[in-house]
Formats: sequence, structure tokens, C-alpha cells
Amino acid sequence: MSAETTSAEATAAGASDGVTLYDVDNPAPVIEAPRKRTKKTGSASRGNFEMQAWLFMRLSGIVLVVLVLGHLLIQLVLDGGVSKIGFAFVAGRWASPFWQVWDLLMLWLAMLHGANGLRTVINDYAQRDNTRFWLKMLLYTATVFTVLLGTLVIFTFDPNIS
Amino acid sequence: MSTPTLDKHSAALDAAEDGAAHLVTVTFRIRRFNPEVSEDASWEDFQLEIDPKERVLDALHKIKWEQDGTLTFRRSCAHGICGSDAMRINGRNRLACKTLIKDINPEKPITVEAIKGLTVMKDLVVDMEPFFQAYRDVMPFLITTGNEPTRERRQSAEDRERFDDTTKCILCAACTSSCPVFWNDGQYFGPAAIVNAHRFIFDSRDEGGEQRLEILNDKDGVWRCRTTFNCTDACPRGIEVTKAIQEVKRALITRRF
Repeated sequence: MSAETTSAEATAAGASDGVTLYDVDNPAPVIEAPRKRTKKTGSASRGNFEMQAWLFMRLSGIVLVVLVLGHLLIQLVLDGGVSKIGFAFVAGRWASPFWQVWDLLMLWLAMLHGANGLRTVINDYAQRDNTRFWLKMLLYTATVFTVLLGTLVIFTFDPNIS
Repeated sequence: MSTPTLDKHSAALDAAEDGAAHLVTVTFRIRRFNPEVSEDASWEDFQLEIDPKERVLDALHKIKWEQDGTLTFRRSCAHGICGSDAMRINGRNRLACKTLIKDINPEKPITVEAIKGLTVMKDLVVDMEPFFQAYRDVMPFLITTGNEPTRERRQSAEDRERFDDTTKCILCAACTSSCPVFWNDGQYFGPAAIVNAHRFIFDSRDEGGEQRLEILNDKDGVWRCRTTFNCTDACPRGIEVTKAIQEVKRALITRRF
């Protein structure tokens, strides 16, 4: 009987890094107070980054369905299909501010949507902190580069380039 | 009424006396781990004659009592209420006491292993402490302000219905240990903790909803849920776990609950 008690206590002590859950004075496991409210817990103000990222995925997804399907339809199906695409076709489209805004919106939403999706995949699957950090740095660099380059091209596109 | 019961009883007795014609030979492939013997876990096969209408827990008992007394597992009530014997049977999290052998194809070896994502201590016994820590963190108790009423706290049937599904949780950890996000680093609160937060957040008598929502708004809170539905599939009580998590997410955004 005494041997059993000792082993049970040893297990309990080992289970929580030296903090004894129960002893002679506390025959039942002590229920610790729920996690303390710290600065990191988040204030009562609504939202934090994870919540906004989650909302962004839903909202950008809805908008992207329209933007991307419309884009594919115009580029590949309607009016002669893929054979009509050339420098002149793109130049003609980007002459209108409507298509500039369309493409800009699509670029930003698709890149951020995809990057956030990959961020969650990296968070879920990377096993070591170092791997996770560098994969995310690579992802952010690629995203920023693509978004900035695309934006630059849309705004500074010159149809008369030789 | 009593006569047919008696008849049935004697018929069953007769069948039992007839011998073991209804028994089948089943192989149980159990994941064994004993840190005092070896650092590695390994599979061990046990063969036994058993009625296919018996449960996996009965088979484990037979193995422990008749073949190998060192086989270690948790069980308490053995009737699907205490939530002690959640284990991974044929690759799915189930309660051994609610799984009939005939339902999981006894012709092939039946694999039994400890639930994933928690530290295995011996054979099928895992350290449940991280699981219960997440449970404690969501404050699973009634929070109210003001004077205590002299009578019971009344609630309409509709208000009770709102969180009825999540009151069924028995804390067996089948859902949390089936969640791939929980497997990753064990920091995610896990479905069970969120289900038990849901039970109080949507309780009209409780006033700690905002506090619980803020706790689940954490980096490792509800936003890590990827709606894989593993938890809903695993729940032995049939709780719509993923739906409950989504309702908590919606409550966090709309602040209506």
C-alpha cells in the first residue's frame, strides 16, 4: 500500500515539472486557478491579428470568386479566347482605370489570401521554430516582392514602349 | 411481460451451455510501451476467442486478466459515461466500451493504440494534464454577478436547448486527440475545451461569456481551427463539435450570444 502511494506521488510530481499536485495536506489534486489575465491575453477590444486574418480569408475569398472567374472568362473564353491575348490586348485593357483597379484588387487580394493560407500551413506543419521562422520570412519576402512589382507595373505601364 | 423475458433468458443460457459455437477468433494488435523496459513502443499481437457482440473493452479485459497482466489501460465505468477509455481503435478515436467487435471487422487484426498528441505514459495510458489544463483555462463553471437568488436560477426550455448539444461532453479527449492542429504542438486549446466554453457562453444564466470569448480569441484559440471535422467524427457522444467551434467564432465576430 505504501509503495503504491509513493509511486503515485512520484508520477504526479513528475507530471507537472516539480509542482506537486497533491500531498498529505491535499489528498485530491489541486485545481489551479484558470490562466491569469496578462497583457498578452488580449484586451476586451474586439479582435486580434488571428481573428482579422480569419475574417480576411472569408471576405477576400468571396470577392476573389467574382474577380478571378471574371478574369478567366474575359481572358480565355469570351471574344476569341486565348488566341486574342497579346501586348495590344493588355495595353488596351489597362488604358481603362476600371481594369486597372480590377487587376490591382485581384493582385492584392489573391497574393494576401494565398500568403495567409501558406502562413497557416507553415504554422501547422513546420516542426522547429527556426524552420518556421525562415519559411515565413521567405514567404513574406516573395509576397511583398510580387505585390510591389505588380503594383508598379499596373501604374507605370507604358503602351508605347519600344 | 415476465414470461418472454424468462424464456429469452433460458434460451440464452442454453446457447451458452451449447458451447463456444458463436465465438470468433480475433487478433488484437496493441501498441505497447513501457519506459522501464524499452524507450520504443512496439506492436504486440494477442489472439483470443470472443463473442463478436462483446466490446473492445471486454477483449482488453480478457487479455489483461487471462493473457498478459501488464497490459495497461484506463477504464472506470465501462459504460460510455466516465470518458476514461478513449483510444485509437483501427486508426479512429473511439471509446473501447462503446465499440462492438462485430462493428470493426473482426476478420482482420484490430489495432489498438493510445490517443495521439498526448504523452504516452504506459501502453494505452496518456498524460491528460495538457488536456485538462486547456479545459480549466476556459473557466468551465457558472459565473454570475449580484446576489445569489434564494431559489434556483430559472431558464426557459428554448434557452436550455441553445447549448444542449455541448452539455453532453464527457471529457474523454477523443476529439482533441484527433485534431491535427493539436497534434502539431499541443498549444491549441483543442475541441473539448472550446465545446465546454460553448456550453457556458451560450447559457442564458451565465455572465462570463465575454471573458471566455476573450480567452478563446487567443493566438491558440478558436482561430486555429481548420474545420477538419475530425473532432465531430471522433466524438462518442455525437456532439457536433466543429459546429460548436464555428458558433464560438461567430460569437466572437458578432458579439451576439
